[in-house]
Amino acid sequence: MRLINRRPDRTTALLLALLPFALVILAYVLGSAARLAENPADKLLPSLATLADAIGRVALNPDARTGDYLLLNDTLATLDRLVSALALSTAIALVTGMLIGMLPAVRALLAPFVAMVSMVPPLALLPILFIVMGLGEASKVALITIGVTPFLIRDLAMRVEELPREQTIKAETLGGSSWQIALRVVLPQIAPRLIDAVRLSLGPAFLFLIAAEAIAAEAGLGYRIFLVRRYLAMDVILPYVAWITLLSVLMDYALVRLRRALFPWYGGRSA
Amino acid sequence: MTAISVRNLWKEYGDQIVLEDINLEFAARSFVALVGPSGCGKTTFLRMLLSEEKATRGEILIDGKPIAPEPGADRGVVFQRYSVFPHLTVLGNVLLAAEFSQSPFTARLFGTARRAAEEEARALIAEVGLAGAEDKYPAALSGGMQQRLALAQAIMRKPRILLLDEPFGALDPGIRADIHQLMRRLWNSCEMTVVMVTHDLREAFTLATRVIAFERRRNRPEERERFGATIAKDIEVWPPRIAGQLDLFTPDRDDPVLAEGQGRDDPARRSA
Repeated sequence: MRLINRRPDRTTALLLALLPFALVILAYVLGSAARLAENPADKLLPSLATLADAIGRVALNPDARTGDYLLLNDTLATLDRLVSALALSTAIALVTGMLIGMLPAVRALLAPFVAMVSMVPPLALLPILFIVMGLGEASKVALITIGVTPFLIRDLAMRVEELPREQTIKAETLGGSSWQIALRVVLPQIAPRLIDAVRLSLGPAFLFLIAAEAIAAEAGLGYRIFLVRRYLAMDVILPYVAWITLLSVLMDYALVRLRRALFPWYGGRSA
Repeated sequence: MTAISVRNLWKEYGDQIVLEDINLEFAARSFVALVGPSGCGKTTFLRMLLSEEKATRGEILIDGKPIAPEPGADRGVVFQRYSVFPHLTVLGNVLLAAEFSQSPFTARLFGTARRAAEEEARALIAEVGLAGAEDKYPAALSGGMQQRLALAQAIMRKPRILLLDEPFGALDPGIRADIHQLMRRLWNSCEMTVVMVTHDLREAFTLATRVIAFERRRNRPEERERFGATIAKDIEVWPPRIAGQLDLFTPDRDDPVLAEGQGRDDPARRSA
């Protein structure tokens, strides 16, 4: 049988999926053991026990100085910024993207501008944001919003334009006004695509957030990583990176489930 | 009653002449089939009737008045594809016309108004043979059933003119025969004029009261650009068919009171 026709069964597929993870962990354990054998004080690849110890310290025990649980505190601070920025971006993108996609006049007005703005490297704006908005929460939320919104707007406008023209014409022949067509034909068909676009922007959003937290913050996952970097505290950095990754994966998964629950018709189409 | 007049109609795209000097009068309640080879402009003509394209020269009059500059509720349409909304159920698709006309702001109906509209929609869904499929999404319907739905959806709005752009072109012959029967029944029972573009001459003569063939009279490569298509044949189908009246000659297909049989793509039969 040709390789292109060989399909693993469910168990094999699961094992295959786990294999790379297992290999990475194995490589880490071996590397860590080798380094520690040479130098027990090595900080670069701490042993699993040291990692577990550090996780217990930051996650389960209150901080000696402030009495807060560091991991919980950092996670809440980061998620607060991330979620408010993404909510803001999504709202702006939904309105602007639909207007650009549906109304030729707005497209003429805004499409070139948005295309230009989306090319501005957001991190280059970070100093400006810090200067103008101060070092507080506003500048971090603004950075993510500026970084993510133009992408969302362009993606959404394209999705609106991708809807078959026949649909708009059909809706017009059913007597729909522009507003009614936006509400009943375009919006429901765009919403699942918007969720997908937000999923794709989770990565960049985290990037911008961690960059902002690294420079100026009092709490946050990115802040903690860059803080403990000074002490070469790999035992804290590695779990934090894993935790950020896990958070992203969970958010992505939650968005998929949300899309499936809200839009059962989406994805099952042949066209 | 709605008659369509087309006067000295030209359509050009830049240098390319697509249609030249089309003059037509469609009687109210007629069923006109437009036939012709690919690229002869019959679909362009239909799109002008839909106000999707503007005539370069000449005019289209509906009941003596110039055609509206944009598509509207007076002219319903069924395309070959993408005619139904994938995000709405069968019932939702048919209800949409009522919701658009009765609820300008939310485009949704509630309470008594919704129940009345729903009753009408369900009757129409049964009429086109989709009873039992009300809660399905179009993706779960066969091609024939989707086109039945598209017809019900268009007719819900009670258009005075129904435009069909190769609506049954993608269906296989058995299903096409069933849906032809439905189409004749709808034309007989609804107060509308039908204009249909088709590739299929047999379909044209099966359904229409009048068959109009578009053709380019000059089709050599060096002439093609500067000569558009004109009307090559204009055939009144004989024996004449009259909307809403019993057809004595081909009663099996045309009888307006004929009991509907089960079609091959009826949901009841599919699940059996």
